[in-house]
Amino acid sequence: MPDGAVPVLDVRGLKTVFRTRGGEVHAVNSVSFHLQPGELLGVVGESGSGKSVTMMSLIGLLPSPPAEVRAGEVLLDGRDLLKIGADELRDVRGAKIGFVFQDPMTSLNPVFTVGSQIMEPLTRHMGLTKAQARDRAAELLALVGIPDAKKRLKDYPHQFSGGMRQRVMIAIALACDPEVLIADEPTTALDVTIQAQIIELVKDLRQKLGMAIVWITHDLGVIAGIADRVMVMYGGQVVEQGPVRQLFSDPRHPYTRALLKTIPSLHGERAARLQAIEGQPPILNAAPVACPFRARCAHAHDRCQTENPQRRAVDGLAVGQGHDVACHWSPGGAA
Amino acid sequence: MLTFTLRRLLLAIPILLVISLVIFLLVDLAPGSPMSEIPLTVPPDVRQRMIEALGADQPVFVRYLLWLKQFFWVEPMTLVDGWFGTTFAAGEQRILSWQSRSPVFTIIGQRIPQTLTVVGTAYLVGILIAVPIGIYSAYRQYSVFDQAGTLFAMIGFSVPTFFSGTLFIIIFAVWLGWFPTKYDTTLVVTDWDSFVQRIRQMALPVMTLGLANAAAISRYMRSSMLDNMAMDYVRTARAKGMSERVVVLRHVLRNSLIPVVTVIALGIPSIFGGAIITENLFGVNGIGAALIGAIHANDIPMVQTLAFIFAVLIVLFNLIADIIYGLLDPRIRYD
Ligand SMILES: Nc1ncnc2c1ncn2[C@@H]1O[C@H](COP(=O)(O)OP(=O)(O)OP(=O)(O)O)[C@@H](O)[C@H]1O
Ligand SMILES: [Mg+2]
Repeated sequence: MPDGAVPVLDVRGLKTVFRTRGGEVHAVNSVSFHLQPGELLGVVGESGSGKSVTMMSLIGLLPSPPAEVRAGEVLLDGRDLLKIGADELRDVRGAKIGFVFQDPMTSLNPVFTVGSQIMEPLTRHMGLTKAQARDRAAELLALVGIPDAKKRLKDYPHQFSGGMRQRVMIAIALACDPEVLIADEPTTALDVTIQAQIIELVKDLRQKLGMAIVWITHDLGVIAGIADRVMVMYGGQVVEQGPVRQLFSDPRHPYTRALLKTIPSLHGERAARLQAIEGQPPILNAAPVACPFRARCAHAHDRCQTENPQRRAVDGLAVGQGHDVACHWSPGGAA
Repeated sequence: MLTFTLRRLLLAIPILLVISLVIFLLVDLAPGSPMSEIPLTVPPDVRQRMIEALGADQPVFVRYLLWLKQFFWVEPMTLVDGWFGTTFAAGEQRILSWQSRSPVFTIIGQRIPQTLTVVGTAYLVGILIAVPIGIYSAYRQYSVFDQAGTLFAMIGFSVPTFFSGTLFIIIFAVWLGWFPTKYDTTLVVTDWDSFVQRIRQMALPVMTLGLANAAAISRYMRSSMLDNMAMDYVRTARAKGMSERVVVLRHVLRNSLIPVVTVIALGIPSIFGGAIITENLFGVNGIGAALIGAIHANDIPMVQTLAFIFAVLIVLFNLIADIIYGLLDPRIRYD
């Protein structure tokens, strides 16, 4: 990772709360991360750890109410997306930041042709005429590896398979040449071979187009294969972050360690997923005053009950730049 | 789609034949005599001859077969003769009303325009009011507007038309004097003034029926919009940077209209059925009034024919609703 380069996306102290009938849900607590141009950041964490909510908060995609972004800055090219107006934010969505969602079966509108759905952002953001947009849409479909692209523009989503639909979603997200692509578990709903194809496609597109990518997944194996950096989330917080090799070879947070143990070995069966870690995920009904992982942590001590650990550097670089961890008990004697 | 339509039309034939038999037998079984309106001073032998003249002394199956022939051959041919001056139906006996001795279809032809203008307009007005209300209520769920819409729908649902109609007469005709209380069936529109008079006399029955129609349709529209608003493709549209107008009025509305249009199509036969109570209340001399009159007078051919026409319309509009469904939803393929 080029040190000191200006990040395309810089998120600082993001806090998102849901106001529900049963009280507040503190889904995202002071999350900070940044994304360098062309970089691929992997985000892992078990279900409910706040990965999706974090990313959707960035571009105002959460329904409000109940969602409320309480604090933080989201700097895209130096501009704070949390401060700009709704119209300006719409100019960013789909143009500068593309989004791919988990379920390709439901993410496309069933009553419009695939072509018209790819053309929408093109006419909206790039000011293309219908004819130009159609040509570009065919190019995009070809780019994401759909054969006979021009003809298939007229087809409806139900005429595509799941993997094909996810390719269409990627084409839509990349339509306006965004600086950042956020892929929220783009392969979770697909079977294994299709998963691999989509991952190859994104790797390939990244080479060609050079956008920065945030890739959310449950699958640490995928992260190891494609990411430059990893961010581990737990209970709405970043608990560990660092370059892929470093984090995999020298995990510091007990949660990260547990996660890595659940990765299936090369010849072992794939059964073990993140859920294999014992205990329940934390209840997020208040701003955290203690370590969110304490109840499931073998190393928890008094301090973990009374003080929420802050992220601190493991390798001497500034927090966020190198390898950092949010843990009172961190092995290796660095603390 | 064409083969589907043809297949359904063919299938409709046996269905309608069974329905016609059931209607014929049920109406025939009902107690009463075609002579109940004839004064008791008429001597029995004259009565007997009158009954014979009507053909009412024949066994029920003979009358059924005759009616079938009249309905499916004589009446259509009479229509053709009327258009082209041919003589296909010359000398054939048409279906005669026992009450007035004139052909049933002539009476229906006289009554239908009244019903269609009043009940049809009310249906149209109901739709035009209900669809925007439903859309906006869903878009601003739980807002003051939505609450008011819910109240309006509840009133429209629960207040019977004989009550709301009477109330409207008292308020708008008696107190305010804006509209006449009675519908003048003999009014012919020749110039601007008579046109205004037609509109004014239509106002109250249209309001009464329109309110009831709008109540139901606005609820359908609202819940259909709400269902679709929660779909993933809506989030995709937002992530593309589409404006709220495009998201709601293009993506959500297009999907939400599918079930609503179907419900609207299914409701159309009820227009032809007229609104018995409302027609009576305002003195609209329509089909509903004709049916009630025929029932009172034991005019069996009239009741049988009207009931069967409704059955045909219901079967027909069920088919039309299915076809519309197939046209609006690309996922539905009937072949
Ligand atoms: N609309 C909502 N109302 C209330 N709470 C919500 C809402 N949406 C999400 N949450 C809460 O926010 C927390 C984080 O959810 P999020 O969807 O970000 O998890 P995730 O890490 O993406 O999980 P997954 O891997 O299952 O996608 C969860 O505890 C969830 O219950
Ligand atoms: Mg998620």
